[in-house]
Amino acid sequence: MTKTPVLEARGLTKRFPGVLANDAVDLTLHKGEVLAMLGENGAGKTTLMNMLYGLYRPDEGEIWVNGRRVEMASPNEAIHAGIGMVHQHFMLIPVMTVTENIMLGVEETRGLLSRIPMLGRINRREVAGRIHSLSQQYNLAVNPDDFIRNLPVGIQQRVEIIKALYRHADILILDEPTAVLTPQEAEELFVIMRNLTQQGVSIIFITHKLKEVLRVADRIAVMRQGRMVGTAQPATATEASLAEMMVGRKVILQVKKGEAHPGQPVLQVQDLYVDDDRRQPAVQGISLEVRAGEILGVAGVQGNGQRELVEALTGLRPARSGQVHIGGVETTHYLPRQVTESGVAHIPEDREKHGLVMAYTVADNLCLNRYYLPPFAQGPVLNQTQIDDEARTLVQKFDVRTPSIYTHAGNLSGGNKQKVIVAREFSHPVRLLIANQPTRGVDVGSIEFIHNQIVSQRDQGSAVLLVSAELDEILSLSDRVAVMFHGQIVKVMPIAEASREKVGLLMAGSATADTDEQVQPQVIK
Amino acid sequence: MSEPTPPTRTTARRILSRVGKGLQIPILAIFTSLILAGIAIVLTAQTPAIGWQKVLDGYWGIVDGALLRGSGRTNTLVAMTPLILTGLAVALPFRAGLFNIGAEGQFVMGALVGTLTGIYLNLPPVILTVVVLLAGFVGGAFWGFIPGFLRARLKAHEVINTIMLNFIAIAFTNFMVRGPFKDPNPSTVQTLPILPAAELPRLFGSRLHVGFFIAILLAAAAYYFLFKTTWGFSLRTTGLNPTAAQYAGILPWKQYIISMVLGGGLAGVAGIIEVQGITHVLTEGFASGYGFDAIAVSLLAVNNPLAIIPAAFVFGVLRIGGDFLQIRAGLSVHIVSIFNALILLFVAAPAIVRSVFRLKSKEEEQTQASLSRGWGG
Ligand SMILES: Nc1ncnc2c1ncn2[C@@H]1O[C@H](COP(=O)(O)OP(=O)(O)OP(=O)(O)O)[C@@H](O)[C@H]1O
Ligand SMILES: [Mg+2]
Repeated sequence: MTKTPVLEARGLTKRFPGVLANDAVDLTLHKGEVLAMLGENGAGKTTLMNMLYGLYRPDEGEIWVNGRRVEMASPNEAIHAGIGMVHQHFMLIPVMTVTENIMLGVEETRGLLSRIPMLGRINRREVAGRIHSLSQQYNLAVNPDDFIRNLPVGIQQRVEIIKALYRHADILILDEPTAVLTPQEAEELFVIMRNLTQQGVSIIFITHKLKEVLRVADRIAVMRQGRMVGTAQPATATEASLAEMMVGRKVILQVKKGEAHPGQPVLQVQDLYVDDDRRQPAVQGISLEVRAGEILGVAGVQGNGQRELVEALTGLRPARSGQVHIGGVETTHYLPRQVTESGVAHIPEDREKHGLVMAYTVADNLCLNRYYLPPFAQGPVLNQTQIDDEARTLVQKFDVRTPSIYTHAGNLSGGNKQKVIVAREFSHPVRLLIANQPTRGVDVGSIEFIHNQIVSQRDQGSAVLLVSAELDEILSLSDRVAVMFHGQIVKVMPIAEASREKVGLLMAGSATADTDEQVQPQVIK
Repeated sequence: MSEPTPPTRTTARRILSRVGKGLQIPILAIFTSLILAGIAIVLTAQTPAIGWQKVLDGYWGIVDGALLRGSGRTNTLVAMTPLILTGLAVALPFRAGLFNIGAEGQFVMGALVGTLTGIYLNLPPVILTVVVLLAGFVGGAFWGFIPGFLRARLKAHEVINTIMLNFIAIAFTNFMVRGPFKDPNPSTVQTLPILPAAELPRLFGSRLHVGFFIAILLAAAAYYFLFKTTWGFSLRTTGLNPTAAQYAGILPWKQYIISMVLGGGLAGVAGIIEVQGITHVLTEGFASGYGFDAIAVSLLAVNNPLAIIPAAFVFGVLRIGGDFLQIRAGLSVHIVSIFNALILLFVAAPAIVRSVFRLKSKEEEQTQASLSRGWGG
């Protein structure tokens, strides 16, 4: 292409203590294209985007927008240059409305005093009008008067996009936007992205999901260890070739596992009822059983009570009624530590909230659930040498990419944070593994590794309860599949009977997926 | 797969560089406050020239009065003692995520309970000294337990409760001193003196007493507790991320109570040490703001028990040297309050100092970025 690129990075370099996060990276973005960025965890994708958006200052290199060099000291300059970024954790204020969030910082004012900065009256009506026309133009349905806290994640993301467009962005950076979306919401996002590019917006789209890349990208750029290692065309690339380009070796995208040999029941749940944070019933009478040596996959669209179920099983949330037994012992009202000590490992859904202490070192995070036990402590005294030794072993074994075990967990890349949690939970022998979205935000190479670990836990005789919104993950790992809908298990079936279509329909609440057996559609009380 | 080059730093160097970085903000905060307080003095003087002279005289007076004379030096150490202990009383709860504004009340409650024990309990010398110290701890600990418990069990905010309990403690102590436990001698408003056996020994024939070393020891102990024991680990985890603490099997509500009991207890020890070492009686208005200076001490020390010692030194110097502002330069002692407030402001909002001195530390960049990192990271 001979046209000037809308955005160009030339030789961008960024160092952090102990890491060369970006090493002379070049990047070109053309008008109206979707450029997908792939790369292992810690490859430097987010760092590169943060530089393009003015959050980090490059140590070396230049950024050009529409053929002009731009100095970016802060996101203000980036916004001015027409760049918008949607972060994974949205920067929205939950108690404000969509309109208020969008105009935050760029308030339109009217009235007598509007000439004087900060004194005019806010002109909500006009803002709402512009939001309305933007959402018309790009097919981004939102209600300007909704409160953010009442909106599902997918819609919040839309608000973030509108917020960028409202500031006249014609370059959009989306950092792993689909990691927290349901498949349905992801589909809607892709449609929106198409709409945007057709009207001249250019998009950088980061993801770890190769299928998505092949579907929506016009061009693919791959990073590895801080360097740009090449580009690919979706027409010619395959999932396998992309994975190899990312990781530098062949990745087996299919999980290899043998027959399950289920033994005694380990987890038994009877008629469990659990409330959510707003004291609304979230789990409504669930009964299930997981045996030693088998993986029970719980499929379901997020928000159908999976989180509350897992939290109740692990002692983080009280059960309203019903019973939980682990290894034959009733644990319904156990505290989290008692649950852990009865041989349960738990990979939590929300790693920022439950999984990690960001201000702690990687080493301290790796012993977060066992710090009080020997050899990490003698009596009440911590043995830092043992903690550090264990951390070194785990970092090595689980290939956590960190400059050192003393790096704060908050400074790791998203996927490496997840790997710290996985390493910790797999580091001690367990009877029951409860894994909620274990591979969220993790690159293909590490997914392969984590999946193999889960299977080997099973083969060593652990019971595994796998909760995932990724249908692929459920179908490739599970021995039996349970589908959750509106707080209930609508169906449990052996993996052989679980076809993608059938599970998908059940997840959507359709009972007709099953012809030989009538499953009642579940009504919310 | 090759790791990014791991830094081969020794522990010693790591600690050194951390200490160095840690000192940057406090030192610049003190420096900036000196300048701003100086400007305030100049602005209130008849002419700028007189003003600048006053600033120089006054500041020199602080240094001279608090550090260069023998009596000033011991007085500084004496003033540091309660500042260290009340500083710890703020720092420990802070590490658990609670803001203890109640050190002042815990200080007087410790002094009250300890003093009464010291007046009426007849025990042999060393034993009585220790028992009275412990009684002081218990008095303060109880006053810390109340807001700790209210927070842990009823989610009642500790800031409000500790402030209210300050008023109660002060009024209650004044009542006790004026009423039931007043020294019968009509010309004084104070309690009887504690038994000589309960006093803390003085050193070198000066006002310096053993309490100073007790305070240093307790600061070291608090450091050990926080950073080297599993108890401290649980407490800090709770402060940094209560939900992750819960996930790790820690019960945050327990940590809230423990930290407030320990913190209150240390403030109580500060109070009783002041009685045992200096006053030997309890008077009205006994606390004289140590519990409030403690907040500045703890913040200046970023809630690190060992750093509290030098931070208490800074505020000790200001307390003692403050008198010389008046003597030497005819300046009001309230300049010291302005100065304290400025330090507090700059330490609490380090971004101001950073922007004034154009420090853009890597750390700041990181925190900025951590606001923007999410799932994808
Ligand atoms: N603020 C920071 N301070 C220190 N190191 C950092 C910081 N941000 C990133 N790094 C390091 O830079 C490297 C690149 O991280 P980055 O977040 O860009 O990776 P990524 O490609 O986005 O990975 P992921 O797919 O896991 O999100 C990592 O080694 C990370 O530890
Ligand atoms: Mg990232």
